[in-house]
Amino acid sequence: MTQTTERTRRAPRPPAPPAPEALPLELAELITGPDTRIVVCCGAGGVGKTTTSAALALAAAEAGRTVVVLTIDPARRLAQSLGLVELDNEPRRVDVPGAKGELHAMMLDMKRTFDDIVVAHSTPDRAQQILENPFYQTLSSSFAGTQEYMAMEKLGQLRAGDRWDLIVVDTPPSRSALDFLDAPNRMSRFLDGTMIRLLTAPSRTGFKIASASFLFFSRIISKILGGQLLRDISSFVAALDTMFGGFRERATATYELLRRPGTWFVVVATPEPDALREASYFVDRLSAEEMPLAGLVLNRTHPPTTTALSSTRADGAAEEVLEAGGEGAELAAGALRVHAERMTQASREQHLADRFTSAHPEVAVRTVPAAAGDVHDLDGLRGMADALTGPDGDTPTGVPRRRILPARRR
Amino acid sequence: MSPAPSSVRCHVVTGKGGTGKTTVAASLALALAADGRQVLLVETEGRQGIAQLFDTPPLPYEERRVAVARGGGEVKALAIDVEEALLEYLEMFYNLRRAGRALRRVGAVDFATTIAPGLRDVLLTGKVKEAVTRRHDGRPVYDAVVVDAPPTGRITRFLNVTGEMAGLTRSGPIKTQSDGVMAVLKSPQTAVHLVTLLEDMPVQETADAIAELTAAGLPVGSVVVNMAAEPALPEPELARAAGAGLTGADLAPALAAAGLRDLPGLADALAAEATDHARRWAAQDELRDEVEAMGRPTVELPLLPGPMDLGALFELAGRLEEHLRTEVGRADGGVGIAARNERGAERPAGASGGTA
Repeated sequence: MTQTTERTRRAPRPPAPPAPEALPLELAELITGPDTRIVVCCGAGGVGKTTTSAALALAAAEAGRTVVVLTIDPARRLAQSLGLVELDNEPRRVDVPGAKGELHAMMLDMKRTFDDIVVAHSTPDRAQQILENPFYQTLSSSFAGTQEYMAMEKLGQLRAGDRWDLIVVDTPPSRSALDFLDAPNRMSRFLDGTMIRLLTAPSRTGFKIASASFLFFSRIISKILGGQLLRDISSFVAALDTMFGGFRERATATYELLRRPGTWFVVVATPEPDALREASYFVDRLSAEEMPLAGLVLNRTHPPTTTALSSTRADGAAEEVLEAGGEGAELAAGALRVHAERMTQASREQHLADRFTSAHPEVAVRTVPAAAGDVHDLDGLRGMADALTGPDGDTPTGVPRRRILPARRR
Repeated sequence: MSPAPSSVRCHVVTGKGGTGKTTVAASLALALAADGRQVLLVETEGRQGIAQLFDTPPLPYEERRVAVARGGGEVKALAIDVEEALLEYLEMFYNLRRAGRALRRVGAVDFATTIAPGLRDVLLTGKVKEAVTRRHDGRPVYDAVVVDAPPTGRITRFLNVTGEMAGLTRSGPIKTQSDGVMAVLKSPQTAVHLVTLLEDMPVQETADAIAELTAAGLPVGSVVVNMAAEPALPEPELARAAGAGLTGADLAPALAAAGLRDLPGLADALAAEATDHARRWAAQDELRDEVEAMGRPTVELPLLPGPMDLGALFELAGRLEEHLRTEVGRADGGVGIAARNERGAERPAGASGGTA
């Protein structure tokens, strides 16, 4: 009762505030600027990180820079178009007719990268011992996090060589975008960790006083996993002993590299709730780590060719066209229904983008329309590069590239 | 109600990330539960995706009813907690539950599953095997177990636990345990179904996964094409639009006849969108052929408008039931989703008795 009276007394509601406008993301300046040395593309799995990385690298090479793109797991046809048929863990020049600069591409071979570190940091005998150790072989080929760790390591190597104007890094296809930042540290902590030392202590000379509880612990672990595994780990740790400090130092150094000026993160997402949620986590994390965020690439959007006809009106028009009949009526009605669907999809996508911007108004946005097929050749990449690096306001429909639909007029 | 004799009782659902494998697994569980059957839906990735789909609070590590199907059928769900599974295992084999709790406090359980990633998979698949072979009063407790499994990239490694563990442990009880699991997973009572979209990468990964699974001796089931859209253009014009493309002139007369002439550029814009739509459709159709060429029983699930809720799951379940029915009797090696029912007659009843 009281509620009703209150409601009648209340003044008319002010109009809802307009959805926040995203800032434009001008990637052309970013990738051609001489101060930009590293661009890291990150985001949830399956959003097009690899294609985005390759397209950005191509654009920078065409603008005259010497660029290398480090890809992790490219689709087969894209890899072929980049000349990545061989997995040799070294950058290969990609032939780009007419480019002012150079484009090089490489695909990460995590086992080989790991082997190289081992060889570079120990005596030949030791290295051999480690490489043959069964535990090392599992660790270097299938340990969760090894891929992220080795991507980081490779990035450090590429940067140290100082041969490249720009390094574009694609991140491993992990479930969570944050894994790229966390896994290297987790792994070096693990290899370096007290747990592994204590566990293997009984077999090491000079560490005789293991506590009773740890002996017990080690016995149970060996019960679960079998004694052989423990012996393997133990000899691996012994052989690796001198490298432990190095592992941690390298991981820390590369992590620091990501915070230095000259590094930019580009977060990639598709206009879907899950991908945007991951993007949100990543944006928050980057800001907490004081890592520089260039902005969000909203990939595979479906902007309509015209926004003059709303979804509802298009559906109505389809019915009218069918009623009027005549030649081509079914085709025209079909085209109107295609448009109606497209408008619905675009407004759903715009709504998701607006929600992201409400939460992160400081993050610049660039939308990239979905191509009719998948991108798998240089032409496709060039098309994507144009969408990524073209000026924000310069589009045929007049909708700025930070949006999918025009802002609602009030 | 006596359930029909069945051959495939363990349905493993995998797919590339983003293809909707959790949704398909849930719908399949509903389809299998129809007509009074008991089905367990198992989550292995700790994401609580099943709880979200069925709109229930996060699932604990225990079997909970999440849906009721036609004829008194039931779907129970279980989210496997790896730590709990390890403790259960320690208790079962070593009577070490208390020690296990102590281990958890010092972080040792986490450590053990970290140094031996295969251990995690052994525990998960071990739990699945237990549910498949669990019997009460001489009858299986569950008519079917549906596993929302890891994505295609990891599925073979996940299921091929013996192979993985062999690299790490050559002896010990975990080895014995994983051998028992393999016996169930490689038997005809298991089928691995692959969920894909009509997009390049998922289709390619599906083909790769089928090859890997086959090489590992794991039984491949149906291919589920998820979120398949219908073309909005009439069939005859679809091919023309995908080929040469439409122009505004193709549409202008009909639009004008309906009085839609005063929007400048509308016909051209609509023609461009329709062409784009037709080309996407053509690209999808090519992929559809690729899926067919894989030679597995295939079912298409439509892209549903609106949010994925229980009603939507039942709608998809209906399509899957239809697939179960129509594929019956003509599935080849007998591991399609459809092999569930009448095919049992073709196979010795012992197949459902557990070969472990």
